[in-house]
Amino acid sequence: MRPFNTLVKSAILAGALALGLTAPAKAEGKLTVYTYESFTAEWGPGPKVKEAFEKQCGCTVEFVAVTDGVALLNRLKLEGPSTKADVVLGLDTNLTYEASETGLFAPHGIDTSAISIPGGYQDDTFVPFDYGYFAVIYDTEKLKNPPGSLKELVEGDPKQKIVIEDPRTSTPGLGLLLWVKSVYGDKAGEAWDKLKDRVLTVTPGWSEAYGLFTKGEAPLVLSYTTSPAYHIVAEKTDRYKAAPFEEGHYLQVEVAGQTANGAKNPLSAQFLTFMTSPAFQDAIPENNWMFPAAKTSTALNPAFETLVKPAKTLILSPEEVSKNRKAWIDEWLSAMSL
Amino acid sequence: MTADRSLKPLAGASALALLAILAGGALLSLAIEAMGGRTEGFATFDSYLWRIARFTLVQALLSMLLSVALAVPLARALHAHPAFPGRAMILRLFALPLALPALVAVLGITSIYGRNGLLAATFRALGLDAIPDIYGLTGILIAHVFFNLPLATRLILSGLDSIPEDYWKLASQLGMNGWARFRLIEWPVIGRNLSGIAGLIFMLCITSFTIVLTLGGGPRATTLEVAIYQALHFDFDIARAVSLTLLQLCLTIAVLAVLGLSGRPAEEGFSLHTATRRFDRPPLGAKLLDGGLILFGLVFVGLPIAGTVVSGLAADLLRLLSERPVWQAILTSLILGASAAALSLIISLALVMAREYLANERRDAPPTLFERALDLGASLIMVVPPIVIGAGWFILSRHFVDPFSLAPIMVVSVNAAMAIPFAFRILRPSWDTAASRHNRLCAQLGIAGWNRLRLIDWPALARPLGVAFAFAMALSLGDLGTIALFGNNSIQTLPFLLLQRMGSYRTEDAAGLALILGFLCLLLMIIADRGASRLARTESGNNG
Amino acid sequence: MAKPSGPHASDGASIRLDAVGFDFGDMAMHFDLAIAPSSIAAIIGPSGSGKSTLLNLIAGFETAKSGRILIGGQDVTHAPPARRPVSMVFQDNNLFAHLDVAANVGLGRKPDLKLNNADRTAVSEAIRKVGLAGKEVRKPEALSGGERQRVAIARALVRNRPVLLLDEAFASLGPALRHEMLDLVGNLQEDTRMTIVMVTHHPEDALRLPSTLFYLEHGKIVASGPAKELLSDKRPSLLRKYLGVKDSDL
Repeated sequence: MRPFNTLVKSAILAGALALGLTAPAKAEGKLTVYTYESFTAEWGPGPKVKEAFEKQCGCTVEFVAVTDGVALLNRLKLEGPSTKADVVLGLDTNLTYEASETGLFAPHGIDTSAISIPGGYQDDTFVPFDYGYFAVIYDTEKLKNPPGSLKELVEGDPKQKIVIEDPRTSTPGLGLLLWVKSVYGDKAGEAWDKLKDRVLTVTPGWSEAYGLFTKGEAPLVLSYTTSPAYHIVAEKTDRYKAAPFEEGHYLQVEVAGQTANGAKNPLSAQFLTFMTSPAFQDAIPENNWMFPAAKTSTALNPAFETLVKPAKTLILSPEEVSKNRKAWIDEWLSAMSL
Repeated sequence: MTADRSLKPLAGASALALLAILAGGALLSLAIEAMGGRTEGFATFDSYLWRIARFTLVQALLSMLLSVALAVPLARALHAHPAFPGRAMILRLFALPLALPALVAVLGITSIYGRNGLLAATFRALGLDAIPDIYGLTGILIAHVFFNLPLATRLILSGLDSIPEDYWKLASQLGMNGWARFRLIEWPVIGRNLSGIAGLIFMLCITSFTIVLTLGGGPRATTLEVAIYQALHFDFDIARAVSLTLLQLCLTIAVLAVLGLSGRPAEEGFSLHTATRRFDRPPLGAKLLDGGLILFGLVFVGLPIAGTVVSGLAADLLRLLSERPVWQAILTSLILGASAAALSLIISLALVMAREYLANERRDAPPTLFERALDLGASLIMVVPPIVIGAGWFILSRHFVDPFSLAPIMVVSVNAAMAIPFAFRILRPSWDTAASRHNRLCAQLGIAGWNRLRLIDWPALARPLGVAFAFAMALSLGDLGTIALFGNNSIQTLPFLLLQRMGSYRTEDAAGLALILGFLCLLLMIIADRGASRLARTESGNNG
Repeated sequence: MAKPSGPHASDGASIRLDAVGFDFGDMAMHFDLAIAPSSIAAIIGPSGSGKSTLLNLIAGFETAKSGRILIGGQDVTHAPPARRPVSMVFQDNNLFAHLDVAANVGLGRKPDLKLNNADRTAVSEAIRKVGLAGKEVRKPEALSGGERQRVAIARALVRNRPVLLLDEAFASLGPALRHEMLDLVGNLQEDTRMTIVMVTHHPEDALRLPSTLFYLEHGKIVASGPAKELLSDKRPSLLRKYLGVKDSDL
């Protein structure tokens, strides 16, 4: 059996070598940041942030990226106290309560006065780095009179379809669930029951939903108020617009925090402070397509000025979300499955 | 000689053990982890769960029946017309869907059958006030048939190709009509292979995730695979994930048992193009019907692919091909795909050799559990979700190594494991035939070990090995699931890059990458095809 | 051809190949031959000389590029196999493995196996004639090589066609069995008066039955005549090389 084993080993080894996977070098002054993939993508904020911070600290930043914010928390839970992460960047407020409960995070201890989030944000553990509002985006070539409120969306013409994401598998899906909950409260189940006829399909993630939308399968999709900015800046078209909703829009705040391990690394706190500075924030708007959580060095691209400014900001407390998520998803399931 | 032969069961056992460890180790490690935390998940078989289990079964069974029911007449038609224009290209095209990432296929399908697709445009042009609505079971079935009809057709076709040419001579001399040919010649071969093919398709459909959710129209359409993902990813309920995976395994075993797969696993594999000469001259009606069937198959499989190509051509391909990350992703995909294909071939060959050896040794006695496990067990790995394998091994390995360094190994082994059911089916018939032909002769001449492999087995196996390699590699090229679990920036495969672009508004880039991916797979098939026919020529040249 | 009457409606038909051309790979074949009705023709020649192709042309599995093929005076050059008054027995795969003896024979009567009483009588009669009575429900796997060929011959009998083609039908059988089968064929031929064309590797087969011999080389008939003459001491030098050391045995 030896040749067999050797073959397997050499195949694996060859694969690993070819990919240039060598053990990371132990460097003096190194900061390990766990984040999600689109943050570190070549067009994401990651590369710019890394360069700027490394210049400032004279250290090395190593990004470790997982699929999304939820996977980030799972990864941390799996690794436990022995995690290599100094800083975890990319959880959203729906996850912060659960994240704190793990006891793996340490208070940030930095000055957060530079942070400016609609409705304010105060937390000893997590520091926001950007935010965005969920919104229904519509295709102006297909739809002349978009819904002006969540109520109009729910009660509108069932022939005008919307693609939404699944709250069981995606963050925007959970966002819509909480949005409906914060507007309808106990009547959320009935709202879903009505909205159901308008829902073309429920996709596992944002990509599938937005893909179907841009293919013209439905004139409406659940996304962010910032989505039109991408089309204006990158594609020079204002065909896709966000529909302003009277009841207000649900807010998503993305945060970072240092782990208990990371608290021993002085670079962690330095990075969190850096995060609130223009050097970091400049990379957010046109790389992460979200609103910066603090001042940028120059004014935002005019495209951001054209975006919907919500009349009211809706957000439920992390604790409430964490405690009720399962029950609310069950409510959604039974309303949507009938 | 004896020493060499006795190694075969051991090789098979090792291959099986490797697969069992891959899946079982992950499940066990998750189960142990779950014991330490919340355990109520082990017992949450609520009404929600039964509902999705029922839906999972129904959609998988329907997809399977539909794929097979359409594949039988299609394969017959393709076999009856070996000189049909473009037949070889159609068969190569039929290898493509399996290699497409689900999301790409879904968008390809909606570009034809969707509310804004080709069908809708045709309706509009005809002045019809109808918008096709495929979201629901219809869409799921269309997508699954798109994936599995070509696979089933090729598998059935290979079975038909194994019918001796003399039978067709006889049939034409005796003046059998189409129905008599089907009943007396074709069906006995098709029927013998059908349960195995149906079982494979069932396993491919039961684990469907993206297709079911995206085209399913709402949470009514939820599979166990979705629930497993939800449990492990969103709820971090490991116990529930483990029990759901076990439920999925049990359901699959039950269905396979009903299909009688374990009873008589006499399956043909798939070959690239061995068109048998048929000596009949079918009447015009039959010719038209067959031509229509082939055209239907071509259109049904070809249109969504054409939709993907059209979107892909709209992308800025030149810019994409000038990007370093794209080339890196292509290279990474090729290396990982080739490694996975190589590993998959080694394991499959060990299983095939051991199975044939045992079947040969027992003669007329019923097959042992071990022999059946070699046949069937290898396929079961398909229904253990990659996310479960990934998470399980992550937990297990974090105590010993840096889990991230495991990523390429895991990706290669999971992809290899997923390709085994295919590689196994390609290699087995050739190996069994070669073995039955050569075993006695080799024993008598004392040709064994390396010499036998080099002189006797290699010439017979080179062709199916090439085909199996191409298939396994194409399958791995399109895989996304596994790589995403470990998350590491240093490994970016082509589908990974595709989804990343898709996830950041760059739909056109994604379409372009899908085109590149499809092109790579087609290229693989053509190379395997060419290599195979060249080998076949030299082989017959040596014999003749 | 005049419709014969009597129990043997299939009295042998004549076979004529009139300047038949056929391309087999690089080899251009050319056949001119005439076989008398109710005679036995034996075709011999080195391998690759076109023996099987000649039979395939007569049976209709290959189509002539030029020339005419006449069976019983009728032009069948372009007729499909089933329309030719011909039955053929191959070396292997004559029987469908999943059908029993009676069904395999019955196919010769009705290709969809919907047999009536008359058909069934004919089938059991034919099975009896080839000496397989009592083995009607056996599957081919339970038969010996010789028995399988007997089934194929029984099928040819119930088909009742005036021409029987044997394509090395007994090549895989031992000498004794082969002779036995040839005798069976000879007896049946006397009985039915079919025209028989057989391709064989064994020149002595041609002597066992009163046959006309055709010797092929490179896709052409280079010698023909009564087997007894061609294989006698006066044989043309052409055949000596092919017959080789076996000369003395004959």
